[in-house]
Amino acid sequence: MIVVRHSSPGAPAYLAEQVESAVVNAGDGMHEHPTQGLLDLMTLRQAWGGGFENRRIAIVGDVSHSRVARSAIFGLATLGVRVTLAGPATLMPAEVERLGVTVAASVDEAMEGADAVMALRIQRERMEAGLLPSLSEYTRNWGIDAARVRRMRPDAVVLHPGPVNRGVELAPDVADGERSLILDQVANGVAVRCAVLRRSVAALAKEAA
Amino acid sequence: MSPVTVIRNARHWKSGAAIDLAFERGVILNAIPAAADVVLDAAGAVLSPGLVDLHVHLREPGQGSRETIESGTQAAAAGGFTAVACMPNTEPVIDNVAWVEWVRARARAVGRCRVHPIAAVTIGQKGERLTEALALRNSGAVALSDDGRPIESAAMMRHALEYARHAGLPIVCHEEDLTLRGEGHMNEGYTATRLGIRGIPAAAESVMVRRDVELAELTGGRVHFAHLSCAGSFDALRDAQAARPGGDRRDLPALLDAQRRSGGRARHARQDEPAAALREATGWRPSRRSPTARSTASPPITRRTPRTTSASRSRWRRSASSASRPRSRSRSPDWCGPATSRWHAHSSCGPKHPGACSTCRRWRSKAASRPTWCSSIPTPSGRLTRPRSAPRAAARRSPGCALTGRVLATVCDGELTHLDPG
Repeated sequence: MIVVRHSSPGAPAYLAEQVESAVVNAGDGMHEHPTQGLLDLMTLRQAWGGGFENRRIAIVGDVSHSRVARSAIFGLATLGVRVTLAGPATLMPAEVERLGVTVAASVDEAMEGADAVMALRIQRERMEAGLLPSLSEYTRNWGIDAARVRRMRPDAVVLHPGPVNRGVELAPDVADGERSLILDQVANGVAVRCAVLRRSVAALAKEAA
Repeated sequence: MSPVTVIRNARHWKSGAAIDLAFERGVILNAIPAAADVVLDAAGAVLSPGLVDLHVHLREPGQGSRETIESGTQAAAAGGFTAVACMPNTEPVIDNVAWVEWVRARARAVGRCRVHPIAAVTIGQKGERLTEALALRNSGAVALSDDGRPIESAAMMRHALEYARHAGLPIVCHEEDLTLRGEGHMNEGYTATRLGIRGIPAAAESVMVRRDVELAELTGGRVHFAHLSCAGSFDALRDAQAARPGGDRRDLPALLDAQRRSGGRARHARQDEPAAALREATGWRPSRRSPTARSTASPPITRRTPRTTSASRSRWRRSASSASRPRSRSRSPDWCGPATSRWHAHSSCGPKHPGACSTCRRWRSKAASRPTWCSSIPTPSGRLTRPRSAPRAAARRSPGCALTGRVLATVCDGELTHLDPG
């Protein structure tokens, strides 16, 4: 069994064609991060009591470079969750609406009445690449603070794939607040990945038999 | 009681009809009161909304030897201007909130007209990292520009346009491909060849205009082309502005506007291309325009570029570009009649402004609350040369050309900002 994280999108799929082994994608470039997607779904299922229909989630930040966002979008859209994106135009991929999501003009608009928000990690390289002026400007306009959390439904939850840049994507009181499910995401990550490994091993054993 | 000011015996800037106007505390009064504290006799001069210059260099912070906010706005008031937008290529560059606020505070303290700062697109105008467009907008910047330099990287221009969209700010472009300009100093063509001075092809400008037209379309960002100087650039604009019903470019004209270069090394596509071709392309002369050409370049007043005398008089190859004398009298506008109406309409933020320029539109909304911008300009009965002995601005390289008419008085926000000593 091979667990592979690779900077090239599609590398795990290519590898799977070449070897007689189970291949687990642990993240391929900006493309997908399937186990993160599964653990996000698991966390939301626990928070929402199982129902995905008619729920709404805001995904905020650097969607362009985020494999976490793509996996989340694929999974959530499949389950019937309405996904709204917000972030700097420089970090929003072209024609992203065709993935079945809507793009909001502002983070406030995206979070209004939502059942959950998922903040994405901002990399410092984005400033060097001329995509973002500064972290402080990002925080003022796209950072999620308590006031923005209050725009969501009273029982709405906050997710982040980690590691959090505290005070950038999430205000510290939000990251550590009672709506935050970040630690549940970490715990669920262990369970989800154990399950993926176990299923893969089982599938291999079945093939060998 | 605040003073009531009355302007008598003026002519309406558009209709030419006789008009009296009274204002108090910056607000125009419905009726002319019997008693007034200040009475200005316009003696038949034209009364118009205040003019707006979208592109000035006030040179502060850091370059007070060339111009200051005080001297530059004095010059503006003396010319009938009630608002200017000042460029950020100062030293240090106006690329952060602190400097935008400083310029505004300084203008409030010593300025003779409204000053709308334009902030840099990139930190230090180096073309590497974006400025905080949203914070700059919130602090009062009305546009973004790396004026004085082009944004060399197309990718940076793309990102800047995308990001500026969040702030709703246009990017004012200094279009010049530095690799094509090379070491050039003048228009490429016969004269450059004969003089043995390296030339600059007109394409150095027009290729960048073409590029940024495409990027405006890609990003939905707003572009304002400053000081265009060659027919090829206007061809690029016209191509883009030709609205195709149902086509992809439907929304593009709203994103683009431009200004003709007023002086400096203004050049034609080639040395042998007649000046008329450029005028035709820019729609400068009302009698010879086609309807499309008319809309190509909207606000004609532009770009006062003060330099120190030493900078302008240094050896040719090192000297700075500067305003040059208009070629003929016919190019300076008459102060009345339909041509002037259009000129005023484009240059002022009065209620009649057609709003061809998105930057103006922004100001216009502000202006609506204080509708007292006016200046009076006399009839062209005599050609009056601006007296060189008493220049208002620090810089003296402004064209010493003969202008028909003279601004008698300028009022901005209810304050008399200029009164002709004659």
